Amino acid sequence: MARIGVFVCHCGENIAATVDCGKVALQASKLPGVAVAIDYKYMCSDPGQTKIKEAIKEHNLTGVVVSACSPRMHEGTFRKACSEAGLNAYLCEMANIREQCSWVHEKSEQTTQKAYELVRTLVEKVKLNHPLDPIKVPVNKTAVVIGGGVAGIQASLDIANAGHHVVLVEREPSIGGHMSQLSETFPTLDCSQCILTPRMVEVAQHPNITLYSYSEVEAVDGFIGNFNVTIRRKARYVDEKTCTGCGTCTTKCPTKDIPNEFEQNLTTRRAIYVPFPQAVPNKPVIDREHCRYFNTGKCKVCQAVCPIDAIHFDQEDERIQLNAGAIVLATGFDIKRTDFFPEYGYGKYPDVIDGLQFERLASASGPTQGEIRRPSDGQIPKTIVFVACSGSRDAAKGIPYCSKICCMYTAKHTMLYKHKVHDGIPYVFYMDIRAAGKNYDEFTRRAIEEDGARYIRGRVSTIFEEKGQLIVRGADTLLGGRPVEIKADMVVLATAAIANTGAATLAQTLHVSYDAYHFFSEAHPKLKPVETNTAGIFLAGACQAPKDIPESVAAASGAAAKVIGLFSNNELTRDPLVASVKRTPAPPFSTCMGCMMCVSVCPYQAIGQEEIRDRQGKVIKVIAYINPGLCQGCGTCVSVCKSKSIDLEGYSNLQLLAEVEASLHS
Amino acid sequence: MEPFEPKIIAFVCNWCTYAGADLAGTSRLKYASNVKIIRFPCTGRIDFMLLQKAFANGADGIIVSGCHPNDCHYTSGNYHARRRWTIYKSLLDFTGIDTSRIAFTWVSAAEGSKWADLVNTTVETIRQLGPYTDMQELIGQSTHEPQ
Repeated sequence: MARIGVFVCHCGENIAATVDCGKVALQASKLPGVAVAIDYKYMCSDPGQTKIKEAIKEHNLTGVVVSACSPRMHEGTFRKACSEAGLNAYLCEMANIREQCSWVHEKSEQTTQKAYELVRTLVEKVKLNHPLDPIKVPVNKTAVVIGGGVAGIQASLDIANAGHHVVLVEREPSIGGHMSQLSETFPTLDCSQCILTPRMVEVAQHPNITLYSYSEVEAVDGFIGNFNVTIRRKARYVDEKTCTGCGTCTTKCPTKDIPNEFEQNLTTRRAIYVPFPQAVPNKPVIDREHCRYFNTGKCKVCQAVCPIDAIHFDQEDERIQLNAGAIVLATGFDIKRTDFFPEYGYGKYPDVIDGLQFERLASASGPTQGEIRRPSDGQIPKTIVFVACSGSRDAAKGIPYCSKICCMYTAKHTMLYKHKVHDGIPYVFYMDIRAAGKNYDEFTRRAIEEDGARYIRGRVSTIFEEKGQLIVRGADTLLGGRPVEIKADMVVLATAAIANTGAATLAQTLHVSYDAYHFFSEAHPKLKPVETNTAGIFLAGACQAPKDIPESVAAASGAAAKVIGLFSNNELTRDPLVASVKRTPAPPFSTCMGCMMCVSVCPYQAIGQEEIRDRQGKVIKVIAYINPGLCQGCGTCVSVCKSKSIDLEGYSNLQLLAEVEASLHS
Repeated sequence: MEPFEPKIIAFVCNWCTYAGADLAGTSRLKYASNVKIIRFPCTGRIDFMLLQKAFANGADGIIVSGCHPNDCHYTSGNYHARRRWTIYKSLLDFTGIDTSRIAFTWVSAAEGSKWADLVNTTVETIRQLGPYTDMQELIGQSTHEPQ
């Protein structure tokens, strides 16, 4: 038999001014199962809490209803008081008679009656509460960071500097990402490599960081604090441990004409190559697709010239299994490439290039040593037309969003161009100049006012070649849409930033959600920007949405802070108000019929399958299993369960039905 | 004759509407006392059984309210609720319950005044519709006095 204690708070005059608290307590004391009901001026005060504690002991209470303010205010207070008196914290409920009664109604008989009915509702609920213990999940204090661009580097260093082990997985042969390709960075025009490469070296040398370059995450299972991650280390055919990075092999390889990805195909590389001089690790890799030995079975020149026998053609992909407590996704972005703009001649005319190609042309380490020379004939272009929003904010192209970085980098390009080619004329076709950010608008103003970039507000309709001359045809909307034609020596398209290749596949591997453009979805657009819906998996940088360097770094540090917070405890403590599939202990029996509807509605991938076996070990049926470490307790699965085999602690079917009944009973 | 005071149950989510109703309180907005809130974590927890149970026990009207689309604390619970609502509506229609007795809506944690308005308009709507007794008559335990 239930022995419930009801404690009605006056909250000074806040409740007592409109509710007859004495009457509520008196009526409550007559409810079946109520052992004691008292009212007091301030229940949350020390003497008030003492009254509750004494009553728990004196009446050996099995449940407590504190009828006072909102549980959002003081539920924690009273639950703590109850547990101090030996009553399980989850056997305490609050009836909200202040915010939802005394404060919103006039003093009247009905207001007192409503307060009483709210108490009655919670009394019926608490009778069905179960004593619960917070869920404890052990935390493995290793973080896996996927992606070694600036975001992944920042997140790795932050976590590693906090004393935790980090495994950084990079798909390419070197870390560095797009930032390593950039010439100079807005709004300060400092050299990208100069600020990034020391960080890359720090990653390589950090005692807490294990770097797996040329590797990919192949499978992930488990849950927060306890992920199992399978990493595939692709064969480099070069022993990373023994190779000194002398580079002899890369100069002797006879296969020379392979487009250089790092240089955005503006130059060529060999089949055994280091992606760029500052690569980390600075070890070559054999491009199996183009390698003469792998294609014809003959060559091995690199092996012959290697002074320390570090080249092994028989190397195979290696799979590494590891446990991790948290995962940071930092897979970055890419830009739209050819065939997207047939009207702009992108991919057709060699002098119509994209923003990243311009970065390489402007980079001191690039194919032209930083001189702006056009790809077709190496001439210095005297007129460059920059086209912002090439694909972005264009629903017809399937990309309605703003790529965010292009306004700024286009302004930067015009400046770099003017600084290198003083008599050059940069034109910019733009839709709007979006330069929100610290010192950003000043930067674009400087491009226009000091460096003389000629901004034309309007879109480009077509780019074509006439007698070897590129003609850019557009409109100037500030002149009423007057057509504009500019003879250009080179055209730079600020093509749309898109999610990196393979983002959707990786999201599916990790069970994180992604948007229509394959950017990973944050758990809350405002309040949880670096969390995903899957507990323990965080987002850093442009894999979530187009971001510039400062934003990527900020997001990465944010994600790192979340990981460090998670790792600050040996165990995760979670509210035990979670759902579970009803089943008996062994021999197990469950009404669950295995339709797995719950699996499809769970936003947290918390529901898996469990096999029920007979004594001989034969599988009788497969039922749903809810992982208490992952369940967040929304209860969506409870409602879709056709056989009512799932229930949610604290908000069970019986509890809600009892509440409905008690609330309406007259 | 005294005006008919409808009994209304509100199933509200913990994160948006419950907090919105709290805000109405802290803002001291006055509204009708006919609505009693039953808190659950998310509108995704709403179950047709609960609506039926409420009507069977003498509710004249029901409010179901959660976070606005895209704002769900659990990402998608309110979308599940919205989808279910389209089914519930036809089911209620089929069982002969006037669907205007249920207000299915969104009230955010910042919309205290929207909550107060919602309560007042729902009470007024239900008052116009009169007591709901069909289901109770069917099960023979009417709690409403004959009028």
